[in-house]
Parts: sequence; C-alpha cells; structure tokens
Amino acid sequence: MNAPLPSPQVPRLLADRIPLDGTGAVDAVRQREVVAALKIFLPEHCVLWREEDTRPYECDGLTMYRQLPMIVALPETEEQVARIARTCFEMLVPIVPRGAGTGLSGGALPHGQGVLLSLAKFNRILKIDPLACTAVVQPGVRNLAISDAVAHLGLYYAPDPSSQIACTIGGNIAENSGGVHCLKYGLTLHNVLRVRGVTVDGQIIEVGSEAFDSPGLDLLALVVGSEGMLLITTEATVKLLPKPLFQQVVMASFDDVGKGGDAVAAVIAAGIIPGGMEMMDKAATAAVEPFVKAGYDLDAATILLVESDGTLEEVAEEIAQIESVLAAHGATRLETSQSDLERQRFWAGRKAAFPAVGRVSPDYYCMDGTIPRKRVGEVLKAIGVMESKYGLRCANVFHAGDGNLHPLIMFDSNDADSAMRAEQFGFEILELSIAVGGTVTGEHGVGVEKIHQMCQQFDSATLESFFAVKRAFDPVGLLNPGKAIPTLTRCAEYGKMHVKGGQLAFPDLPRF
Amino acid sequence: MLAPADVAHSLQERVKSAAAARAPLVIRAGGTKDFFGNRADVTHEVLDPRAYCGLLDYEPTELAITACSGTPLAEIEAALEKHNQMLAFEPPCFGPAATLGGVVASGLAGPRRMSSGAVRDFVLGATLLDGRGNVLTFGGKVMKNVAGYDVSRALAGSLGTLGIILNVSLKVVPRPAAEQTLQFALAESEAIQRTNAWAGQPLPVSATAWVDGVLSVRVSGSNAGVRAACAKLGGDPISPAAEFWDQLREQTHAFFTSTDAATVWRLSVPPTTPPLDLGATLIEWRGGQRWICSTAPAAEIRGRAEAAGGHATAFRNANGIEVFHPLSPALEQIHRRLKDEFDPAGLFNPGRMFAGL
Repeated sequence: MNAPLPSPQVPRLLADRIPLDGTGAVDAVRQREVVAALKIFLPEHCVLWREEDTRPYECDGLTMYRQLPMIVALPETEEQVARIARTCFEMLVPIVPRGAGTGLSGGALPHGQGVLLSLAKFNRILKIDPLACTAVVQPGVRNLAISDAVAHLGLYYAPDPSSQIACTIGGNIAENSGGVHCLKYGLTLHNVLRVRGVTVDGQIIEVGSEAFDSPGLDLLALVVGSEGMLLITTEATVKLLPKPLFQQVVMASFDDVGKGGDAVAAVIAAGIIPGGMEMMDKAATAAVEPFVKAGYDLDAATILLVESDGTLEEVAEEIAQIESVLAAHGATRLETSQSDLERQRFWAGRKAAFPAVGRVSPDYYCMDGTIPRKRVGEVLKAIGVMESKYGLRCANVFHAGDGNLHPLIMFDSNDADSAMRAEQFGFEILELSIAVGGTVTGEHGVGVEKIHQMCQQFDSATLESFFAVKRAFDPVGLLNPGKAIPTLTRCAEYGKMHVKGGQLAFPDLPRF
Repeated sequence: MLAPADVAHSLQERVKSAAAARAPLVIRAGGTKDFFGNRADVTHEVLDPRAYCGLLDYEPTELAITACSGTPLAEIEAALEKHNQMLAFEPPCFGPAATLGGVVASGLAGPRRMSSGAVRDFVLGATLLDGRGNVLTFGGKVMKNVAGYDVSRALAGSLGTLGIILNVSLKVVPRPAAEQTLQFALAESEAIQRTNAWAGQPLPVSATAWVDGVLSVRVSGSNAGVRAACAKLGGDPISPAAEFWDQLREQTHAFFTSTDAATVWRLSVPPTTPPLDLGATLIEWRGGQRWICSTAPAAEIRGRAEAAGGHATAFRNANGIEVFHPLSPALEQIHRRLKDEFDPAGLFNPGRMFAGL
C-alpha cells in the first residue's frame, strides 16, 4: 500500500467554498487552467472539454436533470485516476465519478465547475478464482458481464439490477444496487468483498478484503452506497455464487391488492425465502401484456410471481409449500411454470415493465421507496387516490420480497404542467414511504432527485453526522459535492418552499 | 423499571457531563467479551447500558426485529425461536449475560457466518448516542435502504468506539427445516481444498470445521435438500451435532479451553489459503477463519496472515500483545477522523480497538 501523502491540513470551513450547487455556465478561463494541468499527465484523447464532446455526459438515467460538465476525464490507469484526484485536490476542482450513466437518481449529474471522471475504460475482469468463488474486476465492467464470464464455471454474480446489461459494477457499488433476488441473495453490499480506490487527495486505499473481514471499522460498509462521495473505485473483488440447478415460478392472481400483500407475508411466515417475489398491479400487467404476451391475468387486481430455486428436490418441496400458502390466502388463479421457457415467459413481463410503460406513455417517472411489506395494500390504495389527485396514471411494480416499491408515474415531458404534477406525485409517494416506516430509496440512491426528502427522513443531527462521515474521507468536500446529503440550509429552504396544496411557490426555479 | 426513553435520556445526560469533564467511559454490559480487545484503563468510569433494554418491534413476517441494546441476547433468541426464526450469523454469547449491544459492537459471528453473512450483513438500522450526546438514527427496519451512508452496518465490530449503540434493527431468517452434520477424516490441506470446492456447487453447506484431522460439515435447508446433499457429500453422519457447533460458537471446545497461556490467534485469511503451519489449528468458514494457538512472536503471525491477504487478532490471552492488526497509515487517518467526528472528546472505550482511538 502507498505511503500516505502529507496529511492535508484543510480548514474545516473550506468545504463551504466548494460550490455544492454545480449548475451554471462553464467558466472558460478556469476550464483552460484545469485542462492544461490534466494534460500534463493525461493523453489528449483522455480529456474532453469542447461542448460537442462533453454534451453526451450532461445527464445520467434521470434525464430531467441536466448540466454540462466543465471537463470530462477518461483515465486509462489507476495512476492517472490518482493524479487527476491529486490535481483536482490542489486546484479545488470538484470531481463527479461516473460509470455507465444508467443511474436513476442523478448521482452522476455533472458539476458545472468540475471534472466528470468517467471510469468507462476500466472495463477488464482482472482475475477469476473458481475455488475461492471470487472475481477481481475493474469498475467499468458491466454487471452482467461478470456472470457471463463465469457461467462456464457454474457460477454467477447475484445482484441483478434491471439495467444489468448496461450498468457497471462501479456504479452498483456507488448505489448499493439491488435487483429482484435481494431477499435471498443480498444487495451489492453483501456481494462485494473488497473495494480499492483513490481518495480525494490521490491516495490509493483498500477497504474490505478477500478474507471474511478486515481489522478496524467496517469502512467497506460506508463506501458501498456512498454515491461516489467518499472514494473513487478503481477495482473490486466480488463474490460469486453457484448457479441454482433448477428454478420454478408460481404465478398467482388476487382480486385485491391487500390480499396479495397478505399472501406475501404468509409465504414469509411459512419459513420460505423465495429466490424472487414480485408483484405487479393491474395497470402494470395491462401495460406489459400486449407487449410481451406473458399470459397475465388481466382481470386480477394484482399478480404475484414467486420463484423457488435450488436443487430439484429443494424446489419441488418449496413449490408445493408456496402453492398451498397462496391458495389458502385467496389466490384466484394459480399457475406454476412447467418448463424453463414458461418460467422465462412469466418473468418477461416483469422484466419488461419499465420499457412497456415507456411504450404506453411518452414519459414515466420511476420511484423507489421501500415500505414494510405489510403496508403494501394501504400504500397502493393511497397511490390510487393520488392518481386522481394529480390526474396522472401510475403502474406499480413491487419487489414484494423486500418491500421495494417502484411506482411508474406516466406523464408527458412536453407538457410542463404534467411534468410538474408527476414530480409532485412522486414526492408525495416518497413522503408516504417515510410515514409508513420505510425509506425514500431502496436501491436507486438519493442523488439529486430525493435530496429534499432526506430532510424529512433524517433529523438534523443525523444529517450532520453524514457530513462527518464525508469529512472523514473527503475533508475538502470535492467528491461529488451537493449530492445525497442535504445541507441544513437547503432543508430550511425546502421547508419554506414546501407550500401546502402540492404547489411550489416558484415552479420555474431549478430545484436540485 | 424505567421506560427506554427515560433511560436513553439519562444516558444522554451522562455522556454530556462526561464530555464536559473529558472523562472517558468504558461501555460494558454483561462483560462477557471483556477478554476481547485491548485492556480498558481501570481508572475509567464504567457505563453499564443494561437498563436500556426491551424488545421494541418484532414482526416475523417482516423478517426484522428491533430491540434496545441492553436486551439480553438470550431474550432475543427466545423470541425468535417462538416464530421458528433465528439470527443467521449465530453470534457467540460467551456467557448468559451477553446483550444485543455487545453482539453488534463486537461484530463476532459463529459457524453459520460462512454461508449466511456477518453481523453487519444483517444490521438494518441503529440509533447511536454519539460523543456530543446526540442521538443519531441510521438505516431503518426495511430490507433495502440506500438513504444516507450505511453507518448502522459500520457499527458492527466498532467496539463502542463511535458511541453507545441504543436501538438495533436486525434482519432475521427462518430456521432451516432440517440439519445434518457429516464428518470426514482428512488432512488440513485436503479439508481446505474440499470445503472451498463445495462452496462453488449448489450445496446447502452452512458450516465447516476442521480440527484434529477431522472435517465436520453441516448442511442446512429443506428436508429434501438436506437428504440430497448428504447423499452427494458422503461422510459419516453424527448425531446429535448441535452440541459440537455450540462448542465452536461459544469456544467451549477443548481446542479453546486447553491452551494454557498460549495466545489464541484468530487469523482471517482468504479461505483458499494453504495450511499456515503456525501451531495447533482449528479451521472454520471453509478456510477463512483459523484459530491458532501459538507462542510465536506477533510479528511473525501477523506477517504470515498479511502475506496471505488477511489479518491476525490476538483473540484470547493476548499477553500484552497489541490485539488488532495495525492499519495502513491511510486507513488509520480515516479511522482517526471518524473517531474525532463522532467522539471528539475521546470518551468511548479509548484504546480498546487501537491506541489513540
């Protein structure tokens, strides 16, 4: 491990000089200065600054927020990442790390006075150890590419966010991404053993280890899900699991969302942890069925997909249990996949839910609250009421196993009023998630999108302690400033802005 | 008995006055893990959080339990057992007085850790009384939550250095319907090889242990799954086996009790690490946790662990040895900054983890 650089003696309040709000036009003089400093060690093709080159980086998967970065850096080696960090540290330039840019909360939204640090070129799998069941990967490796690379060994990487074809492991670490199999196989944090990365001042550190634990405080727990605000990931060791030999899925219909929710609880109460347990409401099945022809029961108020995986013997025993629990809890129709093809057909609709909704509506806004499972019936009913209130349709897909709800609010971004209502609708869902004992984000991250709701979920002392964690890793506040954790000032301003009746006082002001 | 809120309030007042006086506090409940970590300074005042106790919320169908840190571990396990659930990481008690707070603060896990995960993997949320007397709330009670840094998970194994843990929410799991233990007479290297090879196959192996030339393997799961796995694995079934795994979990096994004055080292290494030949050895977690009784110099043990990509803890009978593996300077700097932020007056368990922390 590298010897530490001289400890930066940063006055605590210096952080206040870094503009948290990265909006606004690029300062051409500053841009020239920083480009020149980076070109000392970065080849020409690794530094982008002309608008036509930086424009593609102006947003991530949350396209309603856009900002042109001052510079885009595309380093090719860890040494270059460290020197970029060191240079930015000395020049007080904010850095926004970016993976594939598929994030849904604006976590990789550029900073107008900063460097957007793309790790796209770090796309190699460095080592696969079939005996230890681990892989060492660079952050720009796509999630699915890991499973593809180890499939011949009968292994796979478990977390499977729906963007897994495109999203990268570095982004997954930043967001602590989930997927449809989290209840049984865990989130990113349960499946990443070690992260190597560059600190704000250009030091290389490793948190976690290829052993089961490491000495001292569990810094890996802080880094995973930190939205690029603590460390720039340059390498990770991930855990590989044996692929289940066999999978089978039961599809159940319910004539009431509450009954569907009760059935979910009953499956858990029976001591079953399904490989996947997903719910779709009527609006969601109606949107996907014409698209994928999965054979969904379009009369059902909700359908539930419950998957069992394991050995042939395990699955047979568990499927029988699942069928009897669902039947006993009011399923109006039960169908169990009889082939792998049929199983994939049942799942096809769930996996295509987002694009299918995109097909029936010009735009949709995907929310990400997590709620206690038992409250799902009541929350879905409340969302139904909000549909009338805001005059917008909403389809709901639900990771029922772990309580993570994805309402897809349909709107038209060409209609400013509709977009405005969609945003308000979304915020009301998030606030409801907090009120029922849940959280504003289960797997997409806070980013810029949910930063105001953080003021509602956490009290000021806790918010201040998040800044304390931030300072411990990044005393100057240069890594992805202004994301995820709202300042108390911002919360106070939000409090003033939050006018009764769901209307903001200044609808034309950009709100981040 | 006082309500938890009143106890929390008095703890808060106590911390505030300790902060004003800059008088360190040794957080100690049942004292079952007194042996673990560097010795406390006997002149420091002891703070016993056991009055802060009780189950706050347990909904079996939510797979989550929330309790005050002073709640006896036995009480939590009994509540879970009623609903056929358990703590997946099989925390050791090291005595009936063990509390939930101690389980989380020590971060120690038992045999099932290799398959199910560590304490941190099951922490969903926590409240923490920091060194300024503020009560901070991290995480929640739900399975998926990425709002804010995951400080609650980082409290697992923090040895009380960041503050007094008040409430903890843990994910719980159903108890397996069936369990069976199989034994194989095998040399150490062969045992390491075989347990790691099994980990790459879809087998419900929940624990492994190798000691005295015998490898014990526990399979857990559905009735059909356990039957099929036993047929595939072979070996000699032993029954009852629960006592054996309890002896490992609680370290009442003869390996731990007949060590005289030799230091019991815990080496945490990548599980495929070949035999280390450092002395009498008991291996758990495929090969990831190695208990070694040795009088060899600490530097030698630590050097070997580090060369393998792991670390070594002087777990019992440290005999004056620095208990935990030293950190790299860069990580040490982050530790110090975290400590200064959460506990600026250096009140909580000074030196228990590292000198000056």
